[in-house]
Amino acid sequence: MIAEILQSAGRRASHKPEPGFSDWLESWHIDIWLLILLLTVATVGMFIQYSASGHSIDGVISQAQRIALGMVVMAAIAQAPPAMYRTVAPWLYGFTLLLLIATLVLGDAAKGAQRWLDLGVIRFQPSELMKLAMPTTVAAFLHTRRLPPRFGTIVLTLAIIGVPAALIAKQPDLGTALLIVAAGGFALFLGGLRWRWIVGALALIGAAAPVLWTHLQDYQRQRILTLLDPESDPLGAGYHITQSMIAIGSGGVFGKGWLHGTQAKLEFLPEAHTDFIFAVYSEEMGFIGVMVLLVLYLAIVGRCLYIAARAQDTFQRLLAGSLGMTFFIYVFINIGMVIGLLPVVGVPLPLVSYGGTSAVSLLACFGMLMSVHTHRKLLAN
Amino acid sequence: MSLFGPRRRDALKNVYAERDAFLRRAGVAVVFCLGCVILLVARLSDLQIVEHEHYLTRADENRMRVTPVAPVRGLIYDRNGTLLAQNQPAFVLEVTPEQVGNSAAMDQLLQRLSHIVTLTDADITRFKDRVRKSPRYRGVPLRSNLTMEEVARYEVDRYEFPGVDINAGLTRNYPLGATASHLVGYVGGISEEELRAANESQFLGLTQIGKSGVEKSEEDLLRGEPGAKIIEANAYGRPLRELDYRRGYPGRNLYLSIDTKVQEVAEEAMGDYEGAVVAIDPRNGEVIAMVSKPGFDPQQFITGMDTATYSALLKDPSRPLFDRALQGLYPPGSTIKPAMALAGLEFGVVTPKDTFYCGGAMSLPGSSRKYHCWKRSGHGLVNMADGIKESCDIYFYNLAIALGIDRMYEAMTGFGFGHKTGIDLPLEKAGLYPSREWKRRYRHENWYPGETLNVGIGQGYTLVTPLQLAQMTARIAMRGTGFRPHVLHATEDPITRKITEVQPEPLPKIDLKDESNWDTVITAMERVTQEVHGTGYSIGRNSPYPIAAKTGSAQVASLRPDEPRKTQDQLPLKLRDHALFIAFAPADDPKIAVAVIAEHGGHGGSVAGPIARQVMDQYLLGYVLYGNEKNPEHTSHVTPAEVPGLKAPTDASSAGAEEDDDR
Repeated sequence: MIAEILQSAGRRASHKPEPGFSDWLESWHIDIWLLILLLTVATVGMFIQYSASGHSIDGVISQAQRIALGMVVMAAIAQAPPAMYRTVAPWLYGFTLLLLIATLVLGDAAKGAQRWLDLGVIRFQPSELMKLAMPTTVAAFLHTRRLPPRFGTIVLTLAIIGVPAALIAKQPDLGTALLIVAAGGFALFLGGLRWRWIVGALALIGAAAPVLWTHLQDYQRQRILTLLDPESDPLGAGYHITQSMIAIGSGGVFGKGWLHGTQAKLEFLPEAHTDFIFAVYSEEMGFIGVMVLLVLYLAIVGRCLYIAARAQDTFQRLLAGSLGMTFFIYVFINIGMVIGLLPVVGVPLPLVSYGGTSAVSLLACFGMLMSVHTHRKLLAN
Repeated sequence: MSLFGPRRRDALKNVYAERDAFLRRAGVAVVFCLGCVILLVARLSDLQIVEHEHYLTRADENRMRVTPVAPVRGLIYDRNGTLLAQNQPAFVLEVTPEQVGNSAAMDQLLQRLSHIVTLTDADITRFKDRVRKSPRYRGVPLRSNLTMEEVARYEVDRYEFPGVDINAGLTRNYPLGATASHLVGYVGGISEEELRAANESQFLGLTQIGKSGVEKSEEDLLRGEPGAKIIEANAYGRPLRELDYRRGYPGRNLYLSIDTKVQEVAEEAMGDYEGAVVAIDPRNGEVIAMVSKPGFDPQQFITGMDTATYSALLKDPSRPLFDRALQGLYPPGSTIKPAMALAGLEFGVVTPKDTFYCGGAMSLPGSSRKYHCWKRSGHGLVNMADGIKESCDIYFYNLAIALGIDRMYEAMTGFGFGHKTGIDLPLEKAGLYPSREWKRRYRHENWYPGETLNVGIGQGYTLVTPLQLAQMTARIAMRGTGFRPHVLHATEDPITRKITEVQPEPLPKIDLKDESNWDTVITAMERVTQEVHGTGYSIGRNSPYPIAAKTGSAQVASLRPDEPRKTQDQLPLKLRDHALFIAFAPADDPKIAVAVIAEHGGHGGSVAGPIARQVMDQYLLGYVLYGNEKNPEHTSHVTPAEVPGLKAPTDASSAGAEEDDDR
């Protein structure tokens, strides 16, 4: 049924738009709906940032600067037509892969993991670049193939996904690796990967789970065990998740009110302004506030899928769909970990967590989405 | 340019089919998203709606700290409202390490502080130890009990000492010093043991607990109820703000039954003698004065003393911390003779008119051992009244034989010997009145008839506390009626000022078959102080009120029977007899009963008697008449008893008693 709605959206003939601000924006390749939703979430994020960082305006300003930078990058990227990404994609992919290898060799160890590459001028995580390169490359690759993909195509696609994912997982940064895999995987899935392959792959992963378990890092294994019983080690590995659940649960339906949360302000909640900011939000805004935020995120994802449905070729469709779904996975993994549904992996809450390069790379992705939407040629249906 | 150039067989792409396939897959993706969102919402509603109360409680437990607020300890007054124990502001110097900096800065600070306040090495060692154990943002006490001068010096230069504060607290203070020190007691740090024994919640915020005397026995009244502050603290325990305040309740103020004036007179009258004075109001059991000599200054325990001073206090052979009035065990000597006479009359073994012949010594049939009277020349024919008045030992040897130890035990324990009086003070001793059964059980021996004679004159195994002697005296004064001795007169609610009086607790009356026997004995006791041959004649002389009394001296060193008796003055001090004196007055309307024991005083009549008389003078007349008869102004000057051999010999005025060597 949902598929039918999307289909009808895709078939709908584009009517002549009324002139106005949104048209003006569209002429600059900016999608007004995405822009409004992104700005809304980012603003909510800055308010909650202020509360989570102990009423520090400096943190909010620096977050705002990052969002602004991200918006500029987004607008810049949106100016390029999608065909250009298709051309650049393999080169960007190759370049990023080299950077990832360089990071592993020369990387700067922050918090016990080699993620950062210090280029003298700026320090950044090449894995963030891969968040752009991966969906673009897989979409571009599948664009050239007959779909649904056949065995050879699948193997090649898995290789494109697997190599950088393995490099990132080795840093070790399981969260980003998962997002990279999700980006490539969703492109493959939306490209029409046959169900028998999907079911087979899931069965294979299930069978391989015990082997994977032994290959996980100690801290990763501990996180999974902690998830099953956070109270077993309330001062150690379970502390984050226990304090986070206390924050969320104590918020109740209506929340304690902005700036009135105690868990973050009194420093019981670790990583309150970064990965665990959702707990601060839930404590202060309550269940109702959480629903509002979820609706905002879902609206973004919906807009992405709408853009994908209306895209004009396979590359653009796969790219937009993959980016939208990756964004959703971003949200799901972060909230899932903060509420104790998923193991703790370092995934920030998009546009809300205080984060270095992640906000910029995320907005760059939205720049591509906007490009896809605003570079459509008027075609007769 | 594209790296992924279209291959020939892929060139034939059906773009519409691909789009439709994509849209179907996008539909699946939307379903997937909604499924995930349902998972999240389910979990969130469980946390935020179903389990909300649980997590809210846990969030509050995280941040709230209960800080107890110590209650103010109750004050202690005497019966006239004279302060015996109070609370005084005390200044504590505190240093907050966080504001000082590293340990080098701390050392430098301590160095500079030592110029304005006295800091011992012990202070600094203790301080550094505490700094290690407490969070850096918390103030750590460096010195307590700062003098006003030190406080002033600090205040002048305080800007030079960031992180240093002076906090005012309350400490216990005993304005009368050593007066009634055993009775009032003192407070000290709560030991682990005391905390275990008590309900810990009652001691929240408190560091001190009553260690002895009333401070200990009435701890529960004096302490009050701790209040509490509820503080919001962060994850590192740093207090941020006060959320709530729960009022405590200050401890009750106590009015003791003792009269400080009488107490001071008694203490002064004791002079350098070690021993005890207990004065009771026989009409209700209230303790008017209770002295144990030597005393100590309880303030030493509050301000703290160094180890050497403390161990000197503990090792002092005169045992100043030991409360002789409650814990000192003495042979009562002749002071029990009135009670013995009552027992003889009650059991019908003698009548007041029956006489015994005193030739100075006697022996039991079938034994060559001689039992001497204190008066070697003998008293001749002695009836009961003479026996008491002149304290004839031969009379009471014969009475003891007639009664036998079993009836003596029954009668004397009826006066309270061998049992605690149950006074409202800690650590009272029960003493001992021997019986056949006691001897069998503890000595594994049969009772010997000769022992009955010794016990009959208050020697042998008999051991009593000064309090028990005073209690016996009070009961004779009241003709059998008795009240449990107590020092707590009334308690006062510190806020409502409502005073609750302590009701006297009556004891079972000692009923005699013939009530006139009381008169017989009491009259004989009056004659002790009123007739020339009475052993307490010098005490009753010039007294405006009639006194009933009995002297006593308790043998310390046992002498062989054939050994020639030396007079007490010839013996070394530590071998001299204890001097005892019991009295009540006015004899016809008793208001005070006194027992005095002056260790190694030698003569009951001449050493212990004047002490008792001065106590009674002060209580009944409001001034000390005894020894001041020639002084028309009747100043309350007290004549202290003098220890013969240690001080100048007694002057002629008391020499009259020499003759009446009592026993």
